[in-house]
Amino acid sequence: MSWLTNFVRPKIRSLVERPQIPENLWAKCPACEQMIFHRDLETTQNVCPHCDHHMRVQPEVRFANLFDDGVYHTIELPKVAVDPLKFRDSKRYSDRLRDAQSKTGRTDAVIVAHGKIGGTPVVTLALDFAFMGGSMGLAVGEAMVAAAELATYQQAPLVVFPSSGGARMQEGILSLMQMPRTTIAVDMVREAGLPYLAVLTDPTTGGVTASFAMLGDITLAEPGAVIGFAGPRVIESTIRETLPDGFQKAEYLRDHGMVDMVVHRHEIRDRLITILDLLLHTQPSAEIVDLATAGLDIPDEAEAAADPEPAEEPEEQPAEK
Amino acid sequence: MADDGGNHRAGGAMNTFLDFEKPIAELEGKIKELRHLSDDGGINIVDEVTRLQTKAERLLRATYSKLTPWQKTLVARHPDRPHTSDYIDALFESFTPLAGDRKYAEDQAILGGLARFRGYSVMVLGHEKGADTEARVRHNFGMARPEGYRKVVRLMDLAERFSLPVISFIDTAGAYPGVGAEERGQAEAIARSTQKCLDLRVPLISAVIGEGGSGGAIALATANHVMMLENAIYSVISPEGCASILWRDPKHAEDAAESLKVTAQDLLRLGVIDEVVDEPVGGAHRDPGAVVDAVGKAVEGALRRLAALSAGEVRAQRRTRFLEMGRGQIGI
Repeated sequence: MSWLTNFVRPKIRSLVERPQIPENLWAKCPACEQMIFHRDLETTQNVCPHCDHHMRVQPEVRFANLFDDGVYHTIELPKVAVDPLKFRDSKRYSDRLRDAQSKTGRTDAVIVAHGKIGGTPVVTLALDFAFMGGSMGLAVGEAMVAAAELATYQQAPLVVFPSSGGARMQEGILSLMQMPRTTIAVDMVREAGLPYLAVLTDPTTGGVTASFAMLGDITLAEPGAVIGFAGPRVIESTIRETLPDGFQKAEYLRDHGMVDMVVHRHEIRDRLITILDLLLHTQPSAEIVDLATAGLDIPDEAEAAADPEPAEEPEEQPAEK
Repeated sequence: MADDGGNHRAGGAMNTFLDFEKPIAELEGKIKELRHLSDDGGINIVDEVTRLQTKAERLLRATYSKLTPWQKTLVARHPDRPHTSDYIDALFESFTPLAGDRKYAEDQAILGGLARFRGYSVMVLGHEKGADTEARVRHNFGMARPEGYRKVVRLMDLAERFSLPVISFIDTAGAYPGVGAEERGQAEAIARSTQKCLDLRVPLISAVIGEGGSGGAIALATANHVMMLENAIYSVISPEGCASILWRDPKHAEDAAESLKVTAQDLLRLGVIDEVVDEPVGGAHRDPGAVVDAVGKAVEGALRRLAALSAGEVRAQRRTRFLEMGRGQIGI
């Protein structure tokens, strides 16, 4: 586990990076077009206080509101080959990468963190749409594998927050290969018997949807999030069908059986706490068992369940016939 | 997406020639004309035909020895190129097609079934593009809907139950982008199919015989051994799609094909595939029998090697293959 040696010692990063503050201190909601004071946006995690529209939010803001007391630790992302295809379109990929890095202050579109949610240790991974559309290349794939390895190591559930246009075209076939690679990461967590939860945020499309985003044991989605495989323009131009209302929105996917629930951003933490509690604490707490069995001299429940005692059964059954 | 992009078909009733094959087409046209004349018996004409034939062959060899990635894309999509059904017919005995995902529908974009291959009982499956208009429509041009991928999972489950190796042929422009496909969970279906490939406790061997189009391809190609035909392509997005996004103009498809590194030779260098299977001079469509034989031989070799592994080993080999992919020094 080479990444463990590179593991950056816990550093509290909560609230380091706040959402970009508009110069005039006011932002306009893209849905209802009302003006919102920037401080209000911070306290609402970029949810419009007027119409509840969920705007995209930086992973750090999300995590600060997700982890207990806003405390979490990020891990250093594994090193990957940079621009392996020497890709260039109208611009060099290496230049695009550098621009995105200086704009966002991160090396790629992904952040992996761990901390406690409702007292339970949890590993999380989030994609940042602001970094080249949250696209998945080697860095995101390797980060997902690292997150799965960390979850397995800590025996902690893994919760992912994708926000991505899909595969990173500039890494060509290697970006496509991140689909099986992130699927392996999901399998690692599953094989360790740990919950793997996905919270789909706007947008979750393309190769990210067709791999780790859609493989959650339980799948949550934020209201209004666009979730799909093919983009709406591709569908319209290929098949010349008009798209139904609300097509590829979170609610539409829920109605078509593709996600379990649509959850308001402010309620995601509580919902995750409940789900994780139900999945991880599956037995009555010790105290209750003690009270119920006190003085009744019933054999230990676990023992009784483990041993069906077939020796005595056959004798009784013929007598009843 | 552009529906031409240079793929104009010259040649009319005879062979379908690609744009860059025009000089070859002209020579072959001339040869045909002369042959027609030679029925009247002129010794000089026979000489001339032989001369032109040699010239045409030399030109064909020269053209195909230095195809650009875009030209390869056109060859990979050539309508006369052998498709999955051709490989199944020629290489497998007792092919018993199986249909349906048991959830919603049967998707003819993906064929699959039990068969015998060189003595082994196997599950064979693959995208089918269809050879004529009627078949193309029936097979939806090889673009599968969620049902296709769910059928793949079902057939792989079955293969595993009876320890049958799985052989998949990859030939698709991509998963079908439609309203119904989205509603029924295209992304989820692809993800589950990829996951099933990774989980298989029997060997999975994939051959990219034409187009390996993005998620629709990887859903069947997350294999222990992946081979590609010499002129096949395998890409995260079609050159046209990439051009319209990154260049904002589908006319740049040629540049995109170059940049994306879509050829078998590039993918071998990147460690994404294990083997390149040579095509006859002038591409698979000029001698389908030869290319089918070559693929059969390569599949048999891979199968013999993988058959020696235990169920656990075969699964572990596949996982390691993908986990290590792209790590360390990599590049073109």
